[in-house]
Order: sequence, then C-alpha cells, then structure tokens
Amino acid sequence: MKELICIVCPNGCLLKVEKLNENWSIKGNLCSKGIDFAISEMTEAKRSVCSTVKTVFPEVPRLPVRTDGEIPKKFIFPLMKLINKVEIKAPIHSGDIILKNVFDTGVNVIATSDLFELLKEGIYD
Amino acid sequence: METYDVVVLGAGPAGLAAGLEAAKRGGKTLIIERESRPGGILKQCIHDGFGLIEFKEKLSGPEYAERYIRMVRDKNIPIMTSTFATKVLKDKDKFIITLVNSNKGVFEIESKTMILANGCRERTSKQIFIHGSRPSGVYTAGTAQYFINILGYLPCKKCVILGSGDIGLIMARRLTLEGAKVIGVYEAKTTPSGLTRNIVQCLYDYDIPLYLSRTITRIIGDDRVEGVIINEVDENMKPIKGTEKLVECDGVILSVGLIPENEIAESLGIEIDKFTKGPCVDHNFMTLEDGVFSCGNALHVNDLVDYVTESGRYAGERAVVYAKNNIEKNLVKVNMSVNDFLYVVPQYIDITSNNKKVVLYFRSREIRKNVVVQIKYDNKIVFTRKYRVLRPPEMQRIELDLTELKMSKDKDFCIVMKEGQY
Repeated sequence: MKELICIVCPNGCLLKVEKLNENWSIKGNLCSKGIDFAISEMTEAKRSVCSTVKTVFPEVPRLPVRTDGEIPKKFIFPLMKLINKVEIKAPIHSGDIILKNVFDTGVNVIATSDLFELLKEGIYD
Repeated sequence: METYDVVVLGAGPAGLAAGLEAAKRGGKTLIIERESRPGGILKQCIHDGFGLIEFKEKLSGPEYAERYIRMVRDKNIPIMTSTFATKVLKDKDKFIITLVNSNKGVFEIESKTMILANGCRERTSKQIFIHGSRPSGVYTAGTAQYFINILGYLPCKKCVILGSGDIGLIMARRLTLEGAKVIGVYEAKTTPSGLTRNIVQCLYDYDIPLYLSRTITRIIGDDRVEGVIINEVDENMKPIKGTEKLVECDGVILSVGLIPENEIAESLGIEIDKFTKGPCVDHNFMTLEDGVFSCGNALHVNDLVDYVTESGRYAGERAVVYAKNNIEKNLVKVNMSVNDFLYVVPQYIDITSNNKKVVLYFRSREIRKNVVVQIKYDNKIVFTRKYRVLRPPEMQRIELDLTELKMSKDKDFCIVMKEGQY
C-alpha cells in the first residue's frame, strides 16, 4: 500500500492506494478527483508547468506562461528547455498559444498575462 | 474636493473584489493603487492553483488578477494607479484622504467609508535573528520571485531556503526549474508552515530535502553569500550548541512569515488583533473605527486567494450599506481559547446589523486530529463541524446564519474545539 497526498485541490487528502489484482483500491479521498489523481500518480504522474518566456520589449522583459493541461513528469525539464528558447516579438494576449502540442501530449503552453495590456502600462514598479 | 461613498486602498485581489462589489451595489467608488498596475502580488505569482473556489479553474496569478481587473474596468470603476495615500484624517462622518501622484501632485479626496485592502508584507532578514555580515544574496522569497518572474534574472545558483512558508516552497520549485540548485529548506518549527500540497508538488517532486527543527544561525560572506551555518534547534526553537554545520551556497531565500500591513490603520488608532496582526473587525468586516473596513491579507494572512477575494466582496458590500445608512453598532465579542486557536476572524459580531450571515475564518494552533468545532451562543450549540485533521497552515471557513438567534449584549458567543470522532 502506498500513501499519497492529493494535490488536485486545497483539501490535500491523504490517500491510501493499493492495487488489488487488476483494480485500484483508493481510500481517504473526499471527492472523485482523488481517485483519478491516485491512479494517474501510480501509473504515470503528471504535472502542470508554469514559467516565463523572454520578450524583446525592455519594459516587459518576461511574459508568464503555463501548460494548459498536465504533462508526464519526465517531460518537465525538456519542456523548460523549449520554453527558455522562446522569444516573444509581438504583443500577444492572455491565453494565446506559445508552444503547441508539446512532446505530442496534446498539451499547449499558453501565455497567462496580456502583453498587450502590460506594454500599455509599462513594468510594475 | 471629490467625494466618494467608498474608497478602497489597494488594487490586489481583495481591493478589486471590494471595489467591484461596492460599485455593483450603487456606491460611488474609487480604488487607489500605489503600483503602476493593479493586481497586487498576483502579478508575480506565475504558478497555477489560483481560483479553484472562485472560478472552478486552476489559473495562474496573473490570469486570476486579469479576470478581476477586466470586471472592474467593464464596470468603469476608476483605479488610480501610481498613487500613494500619505495621510488619512477622520472629519465627523467622513474621511479626508491625502494622496500623491505624479499627475496631480499632492491632493485630497473625501469618502464616507474606507476599505483597507493593502495586503501584507514579508518578514525580512532584519526581523529575524541571524548573525554575520550583510552580503548580497539574501532575499525574501517574494523579492526572489520578482527577480525571476518579472525581471527575468536568476538571483542565485546554489541556495538554501529558510522557512517553509508557501512562497518559499514555490520558489524552491521555481529556482530548480530555472537551473539553480536548492540545497534544502530549513524550518525551525517541528512541522512545515506551508500547505501540504505545496510540500508535495514543490519539494518531493524535485527531491528537495526539508529539514525540520533546524535554522540558519550565521550567514558567511563579505561581498556575496558564501555559506550559512545551520543549527539544530530545541523545542523552544533555540539553537542547540555543538550542532553547527556549514553549508556552502551563494543565496539565502527567506520565507519566514507575512504580517498584515497596518500603517494607515495604526495612524487612525484602530485596534489591532495581537494574533492576526491585522485590525479587529466585526462580521461586516468593519474595524472598531466606524466607516473603516478591512479585508484580504491586510486583515489576516490567507493561504488561498479565493478567500481574499471573498472577504473583499463582503467588505465592499457592507461599506456601501454603511455609507448609505450610517448604522448604529452593538458588538459582541467572539470568544475563543488561545490553546486551541491561532486566531479567529471576525473578532466581533454586530448584533444590531441586518446582515445575519457570519463567515468565520480560523486556524488551529497545532495539528489536531479528529476534532469537533462548535459555535455556542448563550451556552447552546448553534453550529457543529467535524474535522479529520486541522493544521495551522490550512485556514478553515465556517458560515453561520444568525436569523434564528435572539442576540443580546449580555450573552456569550464563543467558538470551541474539542476531541471528537470523525
């Protein structure tokens, strides 16, 4: 049996996970998301990745980005390499896709702040 | 002089929600922000996990902030940015607020009510007892976050983190993703200060060790941090002699606690709660100074932005009610045991208020398993909830309806925690 702490929501349930024959037995979850999390964690753990990308605009040198879904943990550092190569040359909006379908996971990297608005107002001081 | 019903100080998540709600309910509203952009600290919190309660989505800080900024802009509620409130004076039933910005210089506005939504500040190296010189490379977690996420600079390559607060944990992951080596997170207490899920997804995922009952006792280095001395500490968090260990590093990230910002509250002589370090408020989020409201992290330090927003919304709503009606108050203290609770907010219930809904936020003093929390009025139990586990880093929220209670000044209102089967 393995103990996991669910990270899906702020409840942080302590899950007790066990594989009985072909079925998973999961205890301790307050909601059904805990079941999905436990199975995914035991088979192929996935995480979302948040970072920033470089821009050519000195008044806003970095733009925050995140994955719009979760990717297997083994892709986290390879994805960081891709993210660090990006350079934004035109104003874009929040939600715009920066990197499409990374490592064939179906997950995109999207902008999480509006560069258009940021450039209007300059860097926060 | 321009006159408002509600002036909100701060355009972070609490202030934006307060301003939005005040304007929606027909109050003439102005939001004041000292930075050039609204959004508060969320702008640099690029990690996700925000808004699960408020939007039922996992957003990053900037996304959460931008949603609220858009709602405020859509309602044409003015946000005066790069503007600093230097002085607040009470004049009979209104406030005269002195502001300064580069557009208008020094000027005054009037308001019937004021909402303090100016957030909290990080404790710095000056506020904790660390020996040694003052080399560069010592940052609060929030400053390191600003360097990396806003400016795009890596502030260190090999660092230790002092304190296991949420921002420190999140920066441990962030620094690792950006190629820095985080040697370890050192916590003087016997239990982590941050949320469990942050310990898991920020430390365990990246094999960053967490050392409990240990602290930094000396920083070594002249121009730049070269290392730190780590000591084990006893149960009173006093360093144990002979346990010194040198750890080489070029950065020290401090995540040693947040304190509500209360300069303006103090200048008005508003009573501050010694447990929350924020003002005492009633269940309408009004401080003990009539017409002054407090919400968000200026009231007490929250762990989720969703609750910051919620408290801003209530403060905005009640400020408008007050501005239009100038109601009489009759306060009853919310009694609690300091052995069980770290704090309870609000500290008072206004029994004459037409608002019969009370939202109580509390933190337990210690980790407690299988407990029952009850609210008693006049020695009768009016609310009961069971908890499998209560941890100090995880704030709890209780909603209570006062409609059925015949409130009077001489009856006792208290919240209690006791053993119970989950």
